[in-house]
Amino acid sequence: MPEMTLIDAIREAMDEELARDERVFITGEDVGPRGGVFRATMGLYDKYGPDRVIDSPLAELSIVGIGIGAALAGMRPICEIQFADFIHPAFNQIISEAARMYYRSNGEWTVPLVIRSPYGGGIGGGLYHSQSVEAFFAHVPGLKVVIPATPRDAKGLLKSAVRDPNPVLFFEPKKGYRLIRGEVPEGEYTVPIGPANVTREGDDLTVYAYGMMHYYTLQAAEQVAAQDGIQCEVVDIRTLAPLDRETVLGSFRKTGKALIVYEDNRFLGYGAEIAAILSDEGFEYMDGPIRRLAGPDVPGVPFAHSMERFFMPGVEKIADAIRELAAY
Amino acid sequence: MSLTKEQKLEAYRLMMLIRRFEEKCAELYAAGDIGGFLHLYIGQEAIAVAARYALRPDDNLITAYRDHGVALARGLPTRNVMAEMLGKATGVSKGKGGSMHLADKEKRFWGGWAIVGGHLPLAAGIALADQYRGEDRITMAFMGDGSTNIGYFHEALNLSGVWKLPVVWVIENNQYGMGTAVTRASAVSDLVQKAEAYGMPCCVQVDGMDLLAVYENFVEAAGYVRSGEGPFLIEAITYRYRGHSMGDPERYRPVHEVEAKKADDPIDRWGAHLLEEGLATREDLEKIDEDVDLEIEDAVEFAKNSPDPAPEELYTDVYV
Repeated sequence: MPEMTLIDAIREAMDEELARDERVFITGEDVGPRGGVFRATMGLYDKYGPDRVIDSPLAELSIVGIGIGAALAGMRPICEIQFADFIHPAFNQIISEAARMYYRSNGEWTVPLVIRSPYGGGIGGGLYHSQSVEAFFAHVPGLKVVIPATPRDAKGLLKSAVRDPNPVLFFEPKKGYRLIRGEVPEGEYTVPIGPANVTREGDDLTVYAYGMMHYYTLQAAEQVAAQDGIQCEVVDIRTLAPLDRETVLGSFRKTGKALIVYEDNRFLGYGAEIAAILSDEGFEYMDGPIRRLAGPDVPGVPFAHSMERFFMPGVEKIADAIRELAAY
Repeated sequence: MSLTKEQKLEAYRLMMLIRRFEEKCAELYAAGDIGGFLHLYIGQEAIAVAARYALRPDDNLITAYRDHGVALARGLPTRNVMAEMLGKATGVSKGKGGSMHLADKEKRFWGGWAIVGGHLPLAAGIALADQYRGEDRITMAFMGDGSTNIGYFHEALNLSGVWKLPVVWVIENNQYGMGTAVTRASAVSDLVQKAEAYGMPCCVQVDGMDLLAVYENFVEAAGYVRSGEGPFLIEAITYRYRGHSMGDPERYRPVHEVEAKKADDPIDRWGAHLLEEGLATREDLEKIDEDVDLEIEDAVEFAKNSPDPAPEELYTDVYV
């Protein structure tokens, strides 16, 4: 199997879907000749032309609004929002329109739309280029929220997202675009939206994570195994909404201890819901406090390198949290 | 493309149907049969009815929350629209939508939308799909005067201008965004002037109380847009006789203003036109009025006798 970076896998998914289905088109700011701010769409404009890789004005609500309208009318748009921090002007379109369309039309209208957006900190982007926004959208039924952690999943899940009849928010850990490398199967394959993935087996405790935090969690798990003999099970959530409750609960029933790692602000972040589900439905199996390791509750990811490091959960913080929980 | 005699008479019937439908809704609201919020189209009937004849049945139509009249003019069944008003299982959205969210996929009526201006980018997207596939369909997007001041309007119209999308943008300027007069909310009072900023050379202001004038301008705009020239903006000057919604105390406008506008009533004007042209007699018009009354009574009976949605319907149609 060839090895590739996360961003190359994402580009390959879009390339294959554009080739497979004429209804698929890409729109967003500078997705055309420039190839996108992170080069995710590099080369696609030359290959598929300006009608299918469409530069939009700098106007997020209409990038998404156009996508919803076109999806309603039978197209399969992929809308790129340059940074997740910029998605807020389109919030109403996503919540009030995309999420509700199928419901309000009693099952007649579907919105087969993908909104791709890089999220997260760790690259010195500062207050408006580092945000994690998944909790806002995972809160709303009708939307699917996907965050890949490996190149294999990124490609397979994005292809599934394009083919999904529901609106899918596809958030990509930008810190990992070129840092995360991995094997990707040759030829056509998809990874289904829905199932979480147990990416490391262990009996002592379960760590739940997604995206960049999953990447760090696997490293932390190896570290505590080597140094402390702690065997973690790691669950990559992958599809944040709708959640694979069975896999999440299944691992907890086995280990009885849970650490949830996410980069977003801790308060009311995505991990809070996982914690609530585990305590509610897994109480009989509980063998320690359900712990969260998350970003601190400050309004944004600060710019200064030292402060950003303080903000971000990383391998060492995760390893420490694992040790503390394992000691219970 | 002028209206045939049959269309002219049918247009009268449709305007009267909308008028009586809305009056009946007001009654049902007062009686507690219709809940929530109710925005009546009375006074604006000519605009929706003109669109019926200016558009092809396969063209797209989308509007804001004051949508009952637009839905009826598009041909949504009176019974099922009334049932939706009452939140019944037989409503056009099985009771999930209600008054502000009528829609019909088959008729390419893409709905009423309750977030002011939110539907404008959608209209551009629907038009983009047609342009992409090389279809010669157009999209007509209705909006109120209030929506021309929100960001959606700017982004959607700009984008339609840049990409030359086949959209006829129609501002139904009924003079008030809720209780705020146009001049207090928009820096220009001739809203059609806004087209200039989006590269739309063809923009028209029309008397929205004059069915024929609206129709002729819609036909011209539709032809222009269908030829691939790009979008077109029309401002139809109209007036709503009722408040913004039921229970509006209407402190923002004097009673004599409303009464003066009623002298310019679009249905009276169209009826007089039909008589003048010898296309109908007074008896013919009275017969149409009676038929409309019967149709409304039938729709109310249908709606009242329809079942409420079953509780399990709450969880249907969340995901495909």
